[in-house]
Amino acid sequence: MRTIFPASAFLLLAFTVPAAAQAQDDDIEALRAAVAELRADYDSRIAELERRLAVAEQNASQANYAAQQVTVATAPSTGAASSAFNPAIGVVFQGQVRQTDALDGEEEGYVLGETEVIMQANVDDKFRAWLTAAIALEDGESVIEIEESWVEATALPAGFGARFGRFASGVGYLNEKHSHQWDFADQPLPYQVFMDRRYFDGGVQLRWLAPTDVYMELGGEVLQGDGGSSGLNSRSLFANVGGDLGTSSSWLAGASYLEPDDSSSISIAHFVWKWAPQGNWKQKNFVFQTEYFERSDTVTDTGWYAQAVFQPVQRWRFGARADALQLDADADDPRRFTLMVDWSNSEFSRLRLQLGRTDDGTDTSNEWGLQYIHSIGAHGAHDF
Amino acid sequence: MYRHLQRTILVAILVAVPVVASAELNVFACEPEWAALAEEIGGDNVEAYSATTALQDPHYIQARPSLIAKVRQADIVICSGAQLEIGWLPALLQKANNRSVMPGTLGYMEASSFVVRLGITGDLDRAQGDIHPQGNPHIQTNPYNIEVVARELGKRMQEIDIDNSKSYKSNLEQFIISWSAAIERWEEQAVDLKGKRAITHHRSWVYLFDWLGIEEVANLEAIPGLPPTAAHLGKLTSEFSDGGADAIIRAPYQHAKPSEWLSERTGISAIVLPLTVGGTDAATDLYALFDDILARLNGVMTDG
Repeated sequence: MRTIFPASAFLLLAFTVPAAAQAQDDDIEALRAAVAELRADYDSRIAELERRLAVAEQNASQANYAAQQVTVATAPSTGAASSAFNPAIGVVFQGQVRQTDALDGEEEGYVLGETEVIMQANVDDKFRAWLTAAIALEDGESVIEIEESWVEATALPAGFGARFGRFASGVGYLNEKHSHQWDFADQPLPYQVFMDRRYFDGGVQLRWLAPTDVYMELGGEVLQGDGGSSGLNSRSLFANVGGDLGTSSSWLAGASYLEPDDSSSISIAHFVWKWAPQGNWKQKNFVFQTEYFERSDTVTDTGWYAQAVFQPVQRWRFGARADALQLDADADDPRRFTLMVDWSNSEFSRLRLQLGRTDDGTDTSNEWGLQYIHSIGAHGAHDF
Repeated sequence: MYRHLQRTILVAILVAVPVVASAELNVFACEPEWAALAEEIGGDNVEAYSATTALQDPHYIQARPSLIAKVRQADIVICSGAQLEIGWLPALLQKANNRSVMPGTLGYMEASSFVVRLGITGDLDRAQGDIHPQGNPHIQTNPYNIEVVARELGKRMQEIDIDNSKSYKSNLEQFIISWSAAIERWEEQAVDLKGKRAITHHRSWVYLFDWLGIEEVANLEAIPGLPPTAAHLGKLTSEFSDGGADAIIRAPYQHAKPSEWLSERTGISAIVLPLTVGGTDAATDLYALFDDILARLNGVMTDG
């Protein structure tokens, strides 16, 4: 501070010099002498000040430039003004060619999968809305199914989150995952049989996240459910915990309970482990996941699956999955083993070859499929 | 089962409550450089956490449970932005249920919004690969950008944590003074780098080159974000067989093989540059990051 003060006093003096000079010619020579003297004395300090001034100017122009840039970047051009608030829109294309030697097998040959249309945006500062429409061909007829149509409250206090509308229940691990996120062309057996692939329903979901370093989430839902004239007869509870093990590994475990109607219940336990060297996911990574299901009404059925997917180099992934059901009513408990390899040119395109062998207790059948998953437009972030 | 689950949940809550973080200001930074900057300005009043390390490609991160838990407790989320974290940050924010760091609030800051962004193209098509409509997001390699972001971050810290605003203000002023002096020192060290030519793995260094006057003559990736192809590397080999570049540069998290392959065939030195704090053993903080970048560049590009 001490070095700055005399120097700035000098500057002040220097600026007042011209005005003073005009008024009193006599003083000019005296002032010039004083200035020269001061300049000699403070030469090094001036240099220092000039350097700081230069830096400050540079910063100022940088900041100015940046400010302009921001204005330019955020101000919609007049032509785009009416579309400036369009939601993020993405479309996912899926289909496959498949073959099976099962007697009562599913459709063979080319099968168009669901075409997912996703639109989402913030409604305002407190709500966000999401639409997933699945366009599909069913028996030659085009149908549009509303998979998800929900609004989320984004500004609740104390770690609460709420969602209402129609959505995929938060139970289990795979239930909330869109079909384009699956690691295999089809869902594991327990999801196919107990959850009708994915459990969607209308209602309200409330979630709470603990303010801890270990991830701890609790949630519950009140849903419309099946049957019963009064409605809102389905509910669920779920809890998830998760964390990291070093920088390379992370895990998620959870327990869920779902009553799809008044007379039955489904309990699910899941565990997921993901690994990448130093946590650098892009080139090499590994995922193991498993879920266990128990469905009870008058009888109890159980099912499980376990799968592992390994990406040894960027673009290529190899996976194996085992899944099985133990059905109380059925003596023939199906077991299945599936292998897959997929190739992703980018984050937005994927081609997958899948081979499966199913043993339903009496017969063994084989199937194979070649699947594509391509997405255009805005693509939202994926959950863990 | 139902009752059992209820009891489990109750126990979980009781266990969870005492472990609440105690720092005055929790900063969640998507990249190490912003965590380091928050510590420069915040000092002891700040607990800064970086979601990624210098050895991870910040474009490809899993929205891990541990990161959601950190965002839940954050007072400020600071990220590079310009879609660098688009694959995971929105998922963290959506699951973290923390209204004070949602986009549009004071607690949510995209650093790239405050600097002059390079590489903005009007013509957007995914066939061009991993391009960012808002420009190149790797803004931290120009120290002037760090300073602009520091001013904005410092301002927000003062507003969010009013009790410690004086401390943030004086730390910021102190940082600007010593950072400006450091910039001057680096610019002196970089005089001979002006006009040098570099081949890079990915367009990670455009802000550094813009600052130092280095020319980027080629990328190992034919299409940004996609792995270098044999055909493209072959083309580069013949193009640069008689020199024509002074270094082949990659970030620590980028695959070593392509640059080593090209280096063997052209004789041009391949080097790793730290893209952020922690990228090399020497890059222990923001100052050391630029010291090391300049030392490494001078090591292969100039005689000194």
